[in-house]
Amino acid sequence: MLTLKDICFQAPDGKFILKDVNLQIEDGQLLVVTGPNGGGKSTLAKIIAGIYQPSSGQIILDGQDITALDVTGKAKKGISSGFQRPVCFKGITVRVLLNIAAGRELTANELKSLLGMVGLCMCDYADRELNASLSGGELKRIEIASVLARRTPFNIFDEPEAGIDLWSFQKLIDIFREMKSDSSASQMIISHQKSILEIADRIAVISAGTVVEYGVPDKVLPALFGEDSGCVCPVGKGCGK
Amino acid sequence: MNSFTEQLLGIVSSFKGTFHGAYNLRENGTCAGRKSSANVVISDLEDKSGISIRVKPGTKNETVYIPACVTESGLRDSVTNLFYIGENADVTIIAGCGVHADGHETTAHSGTHRFFIEKNAHVEYIEKHVGTGDADSKEINTKTEFSLAENASVTMESEQIRGVNRANRVTSATLADHAVYLVHERLLTDGSDSLDTAFEVILNGEDSKADIVSRSVARGHSSQRYSSRIVGNSRCTGHSECDAILAENGSVDATPCLSAKNTDAALIHEAAIGKIAGEQITKLCTFGLTGKEAEEKIIEGFLK
Ligand SMILES: Nc1ncnc2c1ncn2[C@@H]1O[C@H](COP(=O)(O)OP(=O)(O)OP(=O)(O)O)[C@@H](O)[C@H]1O
Ligand SMILES: [Mg+2]
Repeated sequence: MLTLKDICFQAPDGKFILKDVNLQIEDGQLLVVTGPNGGGKSTLAKIIAGIYQPSSGQIILDGQDITALDVTGKAKKGISSGFQRPVCFKGITVRVLLNIAAGRELTANELKSLLGMVGLCMCDYADRELNASLSGGELKRIEIASVLARRTPFNIFDEPEAGIDLWSFQKLIDIFREMKSDSSASQMIISHQKSILEIADRIAVISAGTVVEYGVPDKVLPALFGEDSGCVCPVGKGCGK
Repeated sequence: MNSFTEQLLGIVSSFKGTFHGAYNLRENGTCAGRKSSANVVISDLEDKSGISIRVKPGTKNETVYIPACVTESGLRDSVTNLFYIGENADVTIIAGCGVHADGHETTAHSGTHRFFIEKNAHVEYIEKHVGTGDADSKEINTKTEFSLAENASVTMESEQIRGVNRANRVTSATLADHAVYLVHERLLTDGSDSLDTAFEVILNGEDSKADIVSRSVARGHSSQRYSSRIVGNSRCTGHSECDAILAENGSVDATPCLSAKNTDAALIHEAAIGKIAGEQITKLCTFGLTGKEAEEKIIEGFLK
């Protein structure tokens, strides 16, 4: 179980990007975080992964305060993080990256099934370099595969659907649904997609740095996708409602 | 052959006791073994120290090994090798160089390799340089010149792995119609190593093409200087790329030059020098690597 207690994050200019965020993600639970652009979702993901240190507040994993751990420390505790914008590496191939992620040499079969999960064919991709010659959607799929390769108890996916075509999108949702039912791992997915919000155990809406709405989809979804609104409404800012 | 030579050969030419094919082994300035084949004739030059390698027209799938090792501290070895590659031949040439030295005297190998490549011939040229032993004055200098006739092509894989304290590399090529010249260079310097690498490519032929990719890592207090000059004298394409990673206090100067003398010459240069991007380290840290381990992985991949 991961608990975020009164998490604040201030930009160097003193502005609060996150203010008193309190959230709890139970084992095996899928939390989907949504909300308007610039609301602070990715910042929260980076704080959990150790990329940013919160200005105040605590991160508790299974009863242990892990706030002060750096990225490596948090990764070793079992936190994985798929970035909103995947990183390119000159010279590092897909195979090498996934081996590093897994912490060992993956067998051909493991590599094949891992890439298969994100809709990529091993023959075409295993030895491609992770450079800008890969398309945005391909880089995103590899980013997701690198998180899956780690088989960790807490996984963050920041907008996994971005750049993924419609046909593969349904497959991606199936993977998240499977992960939810098959394992005790917890997932935090940042998303703007209704079909991802619908498979959530809990939804949190973050706007202007605070959690403005939290609950089960049945309760939160109608407020977000009102009959007449048809868009993700930045709660509190109004969306023609 | 002494044990240092044997060790060096293992590194620079994957030597495992024998060479399969024609070879000439140079050890401390003299010939320590030679074999010609039916299609590849190796003989001494008459006017200077060195050999000529003549590959018969139409020779296919042959590999020629011409490694050179210097294991005698204080020796300055200098050699000229001439390669005549006949029409339609397709050969691989493995030309590694290793220097092993202890002590403070300069121990050096200087090699001039001149290639005359006839029409439609293809050469894959593989060159690995390494220095071993505690001496801080191991030196490898190379001058490599290619003359490519119509439709000829060269793929050059060049690598300076480690332990070469001073290096001066000059590589040049002149291309006729439809000739293709591809270079992939990987360099690593550390400590107080100093390295110069210079390329000059003259694209004389219609639709000739050159692509030079130089990747390097400068660690410790080492310094590197890269320069390239591509001259387009006709309808041609030329691309050069210098990518360097600075670690610790390494330094790199890059001076690319493009010279287009024909309106249909298309020449491009790209250069990027800098530390490893912070986000690359961060990404690998999210897999549980430490910052140091992440840096090693990135450098390893970059120089692969
Ligand atoms: N290090 C920083 N310094 C200053 N401002 C920052 C910093 N990091 C994030 N911000 C700002 O904080 C706000 C929240 O950014 P964040 O990336 O968390 O938003 P988000 O909710 O993920 O948005 P999106 O839906 O567009 O991905 C933005 O206004 C961003 O510009
Ligand atoms: Mg974001």
